[in-house]
Amino acid sequence: MDDFEPTIIAFVCNWCTYTAADLAGTSRLSYPTNVRLIRVMCTGMVDPKYIIKAFLEGADAVLVSGCHPGDCHYINGNYKARRRMKLLKAILPQYGFDEKRLKLTWIGASDGIQFARTIREMVAEIKTLGPNEAKHAAVV
Amino acid sequence: MAKTALCEVADQDLQASMAAFFRSLLALDEISAVMVPMHLPAKDMVMQTLVTDPEALDAVDPLAPSFPMNAARLVSRLTKRPAGGTVAVVLRPCEIRALIELVKLKQGLMDDIVVIGLDCPGAFKNTDYRKFAANEPETATGRFLKGALSGETAFGDGVEVPVACRACTHPVPHGADLSVGLFGIDIDKTFLVSAETEKGEALFEKLGLGEQEPPAKREETIESLVAARTAFRDEMFEKIRENTNTAEKLSAYLAGCINCYNCRVACPVCYCRECVFVTDVFDHDPYQYLRWARRKGKIKMPTDTVFYHLTRMAHMTTACVGCGQCSNACPNDIPLVELFTATASLTQAAFDYEAGRSLAEEPPLSAFKADEYADVVEITH
Repeated sequence: MDDFEPTIIAFVCNWCTYTAADLAGTSRLSYPTNVRLIRVMCTGMVDPKYIIKAFLEGADAVLVSGCHPGDCHYINGNYKARRRMKLLKAILPQYGFDEKRLKLTWIGASDGIQFARTIREMVAEIKTLGPNEAKHAAVV
Repeated sequence: MAKTALCEVADQDLQASMAAFFRSLLALDEISAVMVPMHLPAKDMVMQTLVTDPEALDAVDPLAPSFPMNAARLVSRLTKRPAGGTVAVVLRPCEIRALIELVKLKQGLMDDIVVIGLDCPGAFKNTDYRKFAANEPETATGRFLKGALSGETAFGDGVEVPVACRACTHPVPHGADLSVGLFGIDIDKTFLVSAETEKGEALFEKLGLGEQEPPAKREETIESLVAARTAFRDEMFEKIRENTNTAEKLSAYLAGCINCYNCRVACPVCYCRECVFVTDVFDHDPYQYLRWARRKGKIKMPTDTVFYHLTRMAHMTTACVGCGQCSNACPNDIPLVELFTATASLTQAAFDYEAGRSLAEEPPLSAFKADEYADVVEITH
């Protein structure tokens, strides 16, 4: 399992977490390259099907990260994201996708350090969890 | 306490007495039309019919074990804007619950309708109803009620009450204005009519129904029926969860799916005008299929099957009422209602919500608060 490099799909909002990732870069902080960032305008636009698709295509984990409560650029998009996360955490574990593979965090625009730490911790956790089994199953 | 009356059944002919009841309802000035299942001449199909002529009600048969579609969709069509009259709609409990969900999702209105609910002993899937009614369509409803009300589920020749109905814990209508009761009643002699709302009580008065208490055994009958169905349902949930608890098993379970999307078309609460799965998003380029196949060695064709069903679960299970039309509509007999009701029980529990329970509860994905569900957010330092 030592050579297992997880793939993590991260949906990050333009206004907070993407900016934090940008800050992490410009601050020359390092974090593992396992994460594929997908910039969205708001976590409120992340339809459950994006997350489901990521898992079915073999993502080992999915991160959704946006603004702290009260800070959403669109006032309440992150609250909608939180409800959808609640929904998916009720569905996906039943079909063999460990709840630990799906994470929601709030990382503000000035939190570059926090962003790098979150990714480091997540990669370490998913490495111990092992690969998403759906990756090799004949599932489409 | 709701007002109740026992309406007489003449000549042991429940169907004719029901027809008379709807005729008296339609004769009232308040009611412009009745929408009720009726025998259609061709092929003896029983379909919802919108009737304005009291003389055209002879063939009504709302208790026929035929359930070609969940009529909540029809009510949604009838009520999206004012129709210029009040329609009495005759619905099964699961149709009322689906309607409540649709109204909350802004797909219909309760203002211009009177809901007549029915005690529901269940109904066959389409192919089974045709088999059961063949040769003797006139006696089909009577034969069915006799067996079903005494708890029978098998009707010979492989015809049986479908899983959705056997697992349904809502045999009695909830949310109706007037309801028609059968459980614990001697339906050769009477059927029960009860007024459940103010609207219902006003009609009850106008119809000049006397007030009689339902027989004492009614409550008992309903209780034991619900208990038996709850046990059946829980066992079904356990089995389906065991059979689909990995992505691979789920994929195998859905292996016969041909992406016809009939389940979605038949689903009363899947209300999008255009489903994303029929848009260009899924009109893949040929090279994409080859690329996917190369990556995994093989892929099921048509593709996106598990993706479609999981997405549908995310989009509609909080509103799923377990009517079973998905299973009824599947050309390849995939047992979908088990899968979707089992998932619905998880998603509705997550939000402490029950589809169809109340018009006042907001659908889980239409509402949100600033401070809730901290359990799904990772603590960041």
